[in-house]
Amino acid sequence: MTSAWDSAAIVGIGELPAERHTENVTTLEVLARVARLAAQDAGVEPGEIDGLLVGPQVGETPQHVPATVAEYLGLKPVMANVVDLGGASGAGMIWRAAAAIAAGMCETVLCVLGNHRNPEAPRSPNRNPIREFDVPFGASGANTSYALLMQAHMAAYGCRPEDYALIAAAARTNAQANPDAIFYGKPATVEDVLASPLVAAPLHLLECVMPVAGGDAVIVTTRAKAERAPHKPVRLLGAGEKITHRAVSQAPSLTSGPLKPAMEKALAEAGRTAGEMSLLSLYDCYTIMVATTIEDAGLAPPGGFGAFLRRTGLGPDGDHPLNTHGGQLGFGQPDLAGGMTHVVEAVRQLRGSAEGRQIKGATSALVTGNGATMSEANALVLGAEA
Amino acid sequence: MTALSDLKIPGPTVIALTKPFWDGAAAGRLMIQRCGACGQAVFYPRAICPHCWSDRLGWEQASGEARLKSFSDIHKPGHPGWAPVAPYVVGLVELAEGVTMLSLILADGPVPVGTPLRFAPTDIGGRVLPAFRPVDPG
Repeated sequence: MTSAWDSAAIVGIGELPAERHTENVTTLEVLARVARLAAQDAGVEPGEIDGLLVGPQVGETPQHVPATVAEYLGLKPVMANVVDLGGASGAGMIWRAAAAIAAGMCETVLCVLGNHRNPEAPRSPNRNPIREFDVPFGASGANTSYALLMQAHMAAYGCRPEDYALIAAAARTNAQANPDAIFYGKPATVEDVLASPLVAAPLHLLECVMPVAGGDAVIVTTRAKAERAPHKPVRLLGAGEKITHRAVSQAPSLTSGPLKPAMEKALAEAGRTAGEMSLLSLYDCYTIMVATTIEDAGLAPPGGFGAFLRRTGLGPDGDHPLNTHGGQLGFGQPDLAGGMTHVVEAVRQLRGSAEGRQIKGATSALVTGNGATMSEANALVLGAEA
Repeated sequence: MTALSDLKIPGPTVIALTKPFWDGAAAGRLMIQRCGACGQAVFYPRAICPHCWSDRLGWEQASGEARLKSFSDIHKPGHPGWAPVAPYVVGLVELAEGVTMLSLILADGPVPVGTPLRFAPTDIGGRVLPAFRPVDPG
């Protein structure tokens, strides 16, 4: 009898000499030096590494750790995670790597851990390249990064501010059917969006998500148990992931993101196209993110998202329902749970339990996730149990 | 009107590996790394080349010629220390050597995407940092 673990083996190791103290180095440098040793030992070229498992970086990079490490190393993994299990993290990485390989998510995984022992505690908890190379020039926070992406998209394709504003207005419209949305009872028109203050031009205030408190959770179980569950199970038909960078200055493209290959993989596994989906549940931290996702999904040509939105019904009764819960632009962004709202809404629609905003006969949904600066991407195709 | 030099803002968190970049800027030189193995220019400074993982990275002075890849007029800064000079322009600056960095764009009027830029070391918050300004068409 064969096992899933049969599909993987350990081929390289690296280790740095122990040091009692270090002076003025970063965790990223340490990880780079030991990763290089392991790759040399394995006879693996950096370009062959498509999976990345890292530990948490307390005091240096509080969030977006895999993207920060991948960017530093010039990797663009299609599977990446923090494994946060204390002394069990190293061993825990090995089976996760094997499982990811057995599942066909990637082929060659770098599992890497390391630390420095600099004498002084840093003034700021964040000591990564963004803190060193972006913040000193007045670029702090996501608004700046997405404004830079939007300006580049406008310059490349000649799209107008009112095109992007359509996305925020549509989200507010759909939120009117969701009593749990922060903007329930508060619709907004394209004119309202364009009249709101510029935060980081060309982004207006109403094109940026409203931070809210909240939470989302999902339970996954075996097919056998799912058959006995009280609700109609929802199946995962395809999945894709890609991480290309962390800082916007390091983005391989400003007008197309890693969601493009992630969605292509997920949709290919499901044997469907984005246009065939009952629901588009697309991550929407900013209007520009939805514009680029529509184009990366092949629903419109580059620069064509505005024309697509104008000819398309985006509500539950439309031809391409988009973020029927209001998206995060209409629902609000409960921090990291904001991304999970797109999964939860897809499950509601595929169960047929979306009540006043139910899509008739919903059978499939494309769900996207996006992190940092259009740099951490994943896509799921979910389907109703036949 | 507050001068850039008077801003009370966070400066770079310099480490030994990145010190040549910041020291160079303060002395009026834009310094970048180049890989001795694959020949590619590298920014931001790293311990190994992100293209081929060689550790034979050397420093060289960049030409200072660049092009504006994108920009934003920041009306509501992420750090409150920048408020006195808002709106100001942050840009993605593609150096002639091929690498891209984020920087402050010193311009009095609109600067469209594609504008040629030149390295302009500038006192920002009491430190000379590598800013950029549009090349004078005259």
